[in-house]
Amino acid sequence: MIRNDFPITPELVASHGLKPDEYERILRITGREPSFTELGIFSAMWNEHCSYKSSKRWLRTLPTKGERVIQGPGENAGVVDIGDGDCVVFKMESHNHPSYIEPYQGAATGVGGILRDVFTMGARPIAAMNSLRFGEPDHPKTRHLVAGVVAGVGGYGNAFGVPTVGGEVNFDARYNGNCLVNAFAAGLAKTDAIFLSEAKGVGLPVVYLGAKTGRDGVGGATMASAEFDDKIDEKRPTVQVGDPFTEKCLLEACLELMASGAVIAIQDMGAAGLTCSAVEMGAKGNLGIELDLDRVPVREDAMSAYEMMLSESQERMLMVLRPEKEEEAQAIFRKWGLDFAIVGKTTDDLRFRIIHQGVEVANLPIKELGDEAPEYDRPRIEPKKPVPLAADDVPQADIAESILKLLASPDQASRRWVYEQYDTMIGGNSLQRPGGDAGVVRVEGHPTKALAFSSDVTPRYCEADPFEGGKQAVAECWRNLTATGAEPLAATDNLNFGNPERPEIMGQFAAAIQGIGEACRELGFPIVSGNVSLYNETNGRGILPTPTIGGVGLIPDWSKMARIAFAAEGQTILHFGAPEGGAKHLGQSIYLRDIHGRADGAPPPVDLAHEKRVGDFMRTLIREGVATAVHDISDGGFALALAEMAMASGIGAKATLPDGVDPIPYLFGEDQGRYLLTVVSTDADRILGEAKAAGILAEKIGETGGDVLVLGESASVSVKDLTAAHESWFPSYMKG
Amino acid sequence: MKSAVVLLPGLNRDRDMIAALTKVSGQAPKTVWQTETELPDVDLIVIPGGFSFGDYLRCGAIAARMPVMRAVADAAKRGVMVMGVCNGFQILLEAGLLPGALMRNSSLQFVCREVKLQVANANTAFTRAYAPNEVIRCPVAHHDGNFFADPDTLARLEGEGRVAFRYAEDTNPNGSLNDIAGILNEDGNVLGLMPHPENLIEAAHGGSDGRGIFESALRVAA
Repeated sequence: MIRNDFPITPELVASHGLKPDEYERILRITGREPSFTELGIFSAMWNEHCSYKSSKRWLRTLPTKGERVIQGPGENAGVVDIGDGDCVVFKMESHNHPSYIEPYQGAATGVGGILRDVFTMGARPIAAMNSLRFGEPDHPKTRHLVAGVVAGVGGYGNAFGVPTVGGEVNFDARYNGNCLVNAFAAGLAKTDAIFLSEAKGVGLPVVYLGAKTGRDGVGGATMASAEFDDKIDEKRPTVQVGDPFTEKCLLEACLELMASGAVIAIQDMGAAGLTCSAVEMGAKGNLGIELDLDRVPVREDAMSAYEMMLSESQERMLMVLRPEKEEEAQAIFRKWGLDFAIVGKTTDDLRFRIIHQGVEVANLPIKELGDEAPEYDRPRIEPKKPVPLAADDVPQADIAESILKLLASPDQASRRWVYEQYDTMIGGNSLQRPGGDAGVVRVEGHPTKALAFSSDVTPRYCEADPFEGGKQAVAECWRNLTATGAEPLAATDNLNFGNPERPEIMGQFAAAIQGIGEACRELGFPIVSGNVSLYNETNGRGILPTPTIGGVGLIPDWSKMARIAFAAEGQTILHFGAPEGGAKHLGQSIYLRDIHGRADGAPPPVDLAHEKRVGDFMRTLIREGVATAVHDISDGGFALALAEMAMASGIGAKATLPDGVDPIPYLFGEDQGRYLLTVVSTDADRILGEAKAAGILAEKIGETGGDVLVLGESASVSVKDLTAAHESWFPSYMKG
Repeated sequence: MKSAVVLLPGLNRDRDMIAALTKVSGQAPKTVWQTETELPDVDLIVIPGGFSFGDYLRCGAIAARMPVMRAVADAAKRGVMVMGVCNGFQILLEAGLLPGALMRNSSLQFVCREVKLQVANANTAFTRAYAPNEVIRCPVAHHDGNFFADPDTLARLEGEGRVAFRYAEDTNPNGSLNDIAGILNEDGNVLGLMPHPENLIEAAHGGSDGRGIFESALRVAA
């Protein structure tokens, strides 16, 4: 007999991460002392990761609705209408802590988890991205983490069979003790065949699907005490192990099952596995759930109810089945070699009841488990506004040398070493692979439509000014999508911050969300799904605030889509959206940080009305087919944007700087809302005229051609040297 | 051309291959599940890429022992064209339909990029749409594509013109001996190929250099 009668001591409660007042709340709900298994269930439901108890209050302020939004936050993923009966299903989620402990499996299961979120809703995954942040390159752990995380992302995504079309990789000492792995996935579904987690109907079978349950994941953040169970002493690794083969089979089996009409409700088992999935399905459907754990497929002996309820074994799903379809459903899962077990039923008593070895080990009110979870309005300190750089504070440096140095710096160097380990073209629909402004994937079954994907955030801006940084993350994502010609539809947010119990962190968090919310409202870019990762902190020092934004845009005709590479020699280069006289803003710029070792000043403010006006104009030009190449201007300013266009094409360019302008801010300033665009020379004047009429500042700055990048009088670098600098850093760093 | 695509759990470029066969031949291929013991009457059988059974044993080793592979071997013996791409190539090796082995890439990393291929023998069922020694573009995406064979086998492959494709212009992505990217069986009706021609057949792919392989088979079937 496996024990379930451990005494509930204050130490045991504390070791489950529950505060005394939270335990009082549990006593009020249960009306008695909880059983050991019940305590485990509460700790799983009420930890920060599952309950969003610190962040919920702020998340509610985000705009989540829009004409095209079919499903906002609250389900496995967000759903957005793309017309013709199709919809895109997407979400981003972090796997930071596990990836730091065991980079390969941590990253792999992060990818697996987000893919499951997408196909649980009935969508076939068509694109993935990964936003990765590591400590400083010289830190002894960094190389090992980069190698492991990249291999893990590839190992899972490549075997599962989803193209990785975009992402970010950055380095900063503030991630030395906490790397970030944010995984994004998107899938395509039919709008009339979306599957949700809400259970319907009393007395219907609850079915367990997929891989077997083991002890992996039990003993995670909420449990550390050794005294309550000698079995737990074995200290199983708290990181789960991914099995992309099983997940691929699960995908095919689930999609077949959904097509058969057997599925009433379905929910993937992610964090807190069986507990969270069952409670969510019941509570949403106003139904109780009864589970008989003796019928759960297990791969280890003598597992207790506690362990089964808290296991985070991967590649599992829970489903409410149409009973008459049982045989058909079972046959599909047998074909794919997966477990299919009826483990319980829906009830009308709103209780969450767990039976193990004939004994009722838990009996809790199902709605209260979620609805009565604690929610905190944590104290916060308003972040201090940064002091802007003085207008005459313009440190000088050699321009050509600076460009080469920036292109070969850890944050700006080519990411080829990373993305060539990802299958970027499986599916045969990848139109733009990593290296451009956004990944683009064609909509299968439609002659001209495509979807664009980008993930963005500039943590150094968020650190200096969380509100402006939050705005900028959204604006840059919107801009990257726009630069391909896509209409940005909606976004998912992955909010990575430090310890929310520290008022300055909570202040950062609140300000960043307010910035994100404002930008999303102004740009018509609602947040439809997301994830919060707090407590990213080591020795009392938090990470840089990193609210990653993953955006999706729609391209009606991909034959007119724009790319960053110059299309031909002799074309005119136009610069859009800069203030009068060109860029000026050097505060928090890459130039200041990586050339002069300075991290001061305010980040560039985002004028959202300007952003929208310029972006909408660019999109129109692209869709008219007059733009031959487009690139947004971000880190490193005008100079790096132009260099990237040259390197992508192998064609040089000659830019003339306006008379009397200081080339440093003009070339390296990071003023927002700007693009570089090339056109056939005969179109240039007409377009400049149209821009002027639309109230947008635009200027002709030069011409493509040759094999040298010439910037004004003082700088000239061959494209070959640019490329050599850009491509060299990552491989030579990883070689050690 | 009538074709069939073999399906095994864990393969994942089946959709790409089905799309390519449909677009080039104008006819959707039939699909055959791993447990089937008979194949439909077709001109070309394709085993697509992926990670059959997770590649948890040696790549392709489990798949090679599934019932459908006996039927594939019989068909090959009868002279039906058989093509294995990527994991499909690994499966054909493990099934003994082709000689040699595919080891882990010399970089020890998965690699996905475009490479150049030289058509080393343009007089085969799978290459006749190309000019002799023509160099084409083609993507690769694999972790275990490092072709190896003992010296005698290698000499035979070379001597009998059974090297169909070679990585060209210093683009060998995996350390394969003699830059070998694709080989044929003795009768010339079985091709194993590491790169993915099915991912370069139309404007959306940025080129159509991969079409020639399908078009060659189409000519044979016609």
